[in-house]
Amino acid sequence: MAAHLSYGRVNLNVLREAVRRELREFLDKCAGSKAIVWDEYLTGPFGLIAQYSLLKEHEVEKMFTLKGSRLPAADVKNIIFFVRPRLELMDIIAENVLSEDRRGPTRDFHILFVPRRSLLCEQRLKDLGVLGSFIHREEYSLDLIPFDGDLLSMESEGAFKECYLESDQTSLYHAAKGLMTLQALYGTIPQIFGKGECARQVANMMIRMKREFTGSQNSIFPVFDNLLLLDRNVDLLTPLATQLTYEGLIDEIYGIQNSYVKLPPEKFAPKKQGDGGKDLPTEAKKLQLNSAEELYAEIRDKNFNAVGSVLSKRAKVISAAFEERHNAKTVGEIKQFVSQLPHMQAARGSLANHTSIAELIKDVTTSEDFFDKLTVEQEFMSGVDTDKVNSYIEDCIAQKHPLIKVLRLVCLQSVCNSGLKQKVLDYYKREILQTYGYEHILTLYNLEKAGLLKPQTGGRNNYPTIRKTLRLWMDDVNEQNPTDISYVYSGYAPLSVRLAQLLSRPGWRSIEEVLRILPGPHFEERQPLPTGLQKKRQPGENRVTLIFFLGGVTFAEIAALRFLSQLEDGG
Amino acid sequence: MNRTKGDEEEYWNSSKFKAFTFDDEDDELSQLKESKRAVNSLRDFVDDEDDDDLERVSWSGEPVGSKTRPGSFQSLSDALSDAPAKSYAPELGRPKGEYRDYSNDWSPSDTVRRLRKGKVCSLERFRSLQDKLQLLEEAVSMHDGNVITAVLIFLKRTLSKEILFRELEVRQVALRHLIHFLKEIGDQKLLLDLFRFLDRTEELALSHYREHLNIQDPEKRKEFLKTCVGLPFSAEDSAHIQDHYTLLERQIIIEVRLLVSTFSASISVLSAIQVFHFLFICYSPVNLKKTFKIPDKQYVLTALAARAKLRAWHDVDALFTTKNWLGYTKKRAPIGFHRVVEILHKNSAPVQILQEYVNLVEDVDTKLNLATKFKCHDVVIDTCRDLKDRQQLLAYRSKVDKGSAEEEKIDAILNSSQIRWKN
Repeated sequence: MAAHLSYGRVNLNVLREAVRRELREFLDKCAGSKAIVWDEYLTGPFGLIAQYSLLKEHEVEKMFTLKGSRLPAADVKNIIFFVRPRLELMDIIAENVLSEDRRGPTRDFHILFVPRRSLLCEQRLKDLGVLGSFIHREEYSLDLIPFDGDLLSMESEGAFKECYLESDQTSLYHAAKGLMTLQALYGTIPQIFGKGECARQVANMMIRMKREFTGSQNSIFPVFDNLLLLDRNVDLLTPLATQLTYEGLIDEIYGIQNSYVKLPPEKFAPKKQGDGGKDLPTEAKKLQLNSAEELYAEIRDKNFNAVGSVLSKRAKVISAAFEERHNAKTVGEIKQFVSQLPHMQAARGSLANHTSIAELIKDVTTSEDFFDKLTVEQEFMSGVDTDKVNSYIEDCIAQKHPLIKVLRLVCLQSVCNSGLKQKVLDYYKREILQTYGYEHILTLYNLEKAGLLKPQTGGRNNYPTIRKTLRLWMDDVNEQNPTDISYVYSGYAPLSVRLAQLLSRPGWRSIEEVLRILPGPHFEERQPLPTGLQKKRQPGENRVTLIFFLGGVTFAEIAALRFLSQLEDGG
Repeated sequence: MNRTKGDEEEYWNSSKFKAFTFDDEDDELSQLKESKRAVNSLRDFVDDEDDDDLERVSWSGEPVGSKTRPGSFQSLSDALSDAPAKSYAPELGRPKGEYRDYSNDWSPSDTVRRLRKGKVCSLERFRSLQDKLQLLEEAVSMHDGNVITAVLIFLKRTLSKEILFRELEVRQVALRHLIHFLKEIGDQKLLLDLFRFLDRTEELALSHYREHLNIQDPEKRKEFLKTCVGLPFSAEDSAHIQDHYTLLERQIIIEVRLLVSTFSASISVLSAIQVFHFLFICYSPVNLKKTFKIPDKQYVLTALAARAKLRAWHDVDALFTTKNWLGYTKKRAPIGFHRVVEILHKNSAPVQILQEYVNLVEDVDTKLNLATKFKCHDVVIDTCRDLKDRQQLLAYRSKVDKGSAEEEKIDAILNSSQIRWKN
């Protein structure tokens, strides 16, 4: 049971249990002792579903990483490959199977495709002559993975590229399937809103899938009131800007994968007396970040500038708690103190970790370059000088700063200008190619195709209209005690979250004009519920909305959404 | 009759008649088709092309023989729907020909549904173009990638290239799927043919160009790039591709010539001079700048760093010195001298050199900051004097070494009666 999944309005442990059950069933199908050969990419997401202990319960004795040549020796009856349906992985599997030592005891092979079987992959296995060697060939549709009490993810890295660059609907199909699974467990969602081409496709798929499941009507009382499907390309601006929440900055600087972050170890070395500073750990420190950790839940969504005061307050509280031991006089009091000790030690450890992390982040945010970059970003987002070549960007290119940094800035400028003037665009392109290499012609082509870095068509800049109507730039931001979602970027309110906010109150009819400027259709669908399941909302009770970003979401946007849900009239 | 046990089994367990079976698709079918649908084909779909024996099943449904079957996938959604358990009908050892003639009347939509559930289906009976296109349409409306791929593989095999392209041109979803599929299996040739047919010239050019990343050998890569030069890129990109080729060509030449000049035992001094002339004049930095149209700012920054690394201070100087028409030299920089100072400092230039360029910084505050940061004492002192800022000069006095020349200089200035101090 993952405790942190039960905290929210929706108990996501139900989903997790359902997904675990399916895994158990498959493992039991391959009766006997087993070893799992992992596609490395899957270990992260699976870690959120099942720990090794569960696997052990089902006779998994060994685990290996998928790599070429021969499989390691293991005295098990079954070898199961857990892989994504990718052709290159099939080649490796075939190599493993073919180089199996015939002299040893025979092992049965099975393969579990995550999240789907693929015809091409099976064809490849057949071409390589190993298809028949597999006894069980199945798929495990791990579509939506619960990350936290209010957060699910498909962890589909290639989704944006597939949807917006290649117009490939496979990940949309998975999204629809994932939503059907959710509805099977949490009830049909009565209202679906959406904005964007992909959103429309997903909604269509959902409706069609529902039609095809003739037979049992879903009799579960609906937990969700609304579903909002949003294309990522409705708001390309937000992911380009530097996030300024605590969690956002951790992600920007170190990268958070499957709720884990790897940090430089020096700051986390345990201070032991008389150690002399030798034996410093060389491996990165890996920390898990989710709402199960009390302190983290409190600070993760705050603007970084507001974190310091929370940490110092917490430090005082913890010190005071430890000082209590002097006041414990009776045996009873001492006993009580001792029983609370683990909790206090955990709190102190947590505080130490986050103080170190905050220090690491501060080193970055107080640097001159960070300040310069942020200034440029904020100029663009507030509409200043977006139509000329920016000298800070030029300098970054000239000094060969990381390409991703440069690309984020030029794309940000392009989005805030509804496309760049041809001369400006050509200038940036030439500088980039000459500095980072000509092969980036392909990179730039893709960026243009995705709408991130393109020439201005029609000579009109629509961004100011969008910015003003949706109040995306707020000058007076209160980072300590925010009143508006713009605190997550210290002034810029994420467009996507603003749309969600306005949908709930007063509704999208008030922003028809802006919606028409943004790409893709907007729509509303109703899914009929059987009578008796109609939800009657208590007065004052907020609706439960599921927001699905098709193509990825930033931690800052999640923070903004959490902020909205805490507002009394956020809906 | 002398039948063996096995034969007997087979005799009793086989029948010329098709039995009725509860099939998964029953809910959709009309009564007419029920009897015809009695036989479940048990061959795996992907084995379609091979001449496999048909699997034999006994009456109860257990497969006879050692051939194992792939498990059919039970996704969560299937488990939640009302799908009944699988059932088998007795399979007869019918010869292949007979099986083929016995055409099951599965419509395109049924076929596609079977494909989605992973059940095997022979697509061979969709012979006419119209049938094939209908099958494709059904597959597309199902949105299932595997099904669409399966149908496309079949069409790719059974249709001529031209017809396939022509039909897909007007079917966007299937077309995108085909492109993705061709990329995935690496069928570059067909992909380029497709782009050519669709007149998607830019994509054709870029797809071809992308291949260069797979070529390691520089000579081969250069040859490949040459083939890219004439392709239909956009105007700007064409220029870039040309530049890429030119750059690589020069790089190779330089490497080759340097190699030759270093290792050739018989090279004479004169020919060495010739080689280096060739290198440094024809491929001089300035020449490169002109060829690739590098803007001044970029060029100066790069050249500055290079020369600073070589500690060639005269050459650094030369970068900024221009003669005006009266013959006077003047120092100019397209990037601001504060940047110059920073780059020099990063490359460990000595203080005297740094001092020279700090002096050229126009903005007084920046100049003072940099001078203080890099300990260019003279500049600090002179600037304070020019600003008539006594306090700051006093403050700086405590920072210089005791008894140094700088301290003396400061004292001299502080004691000077000619300066009207501000503070």
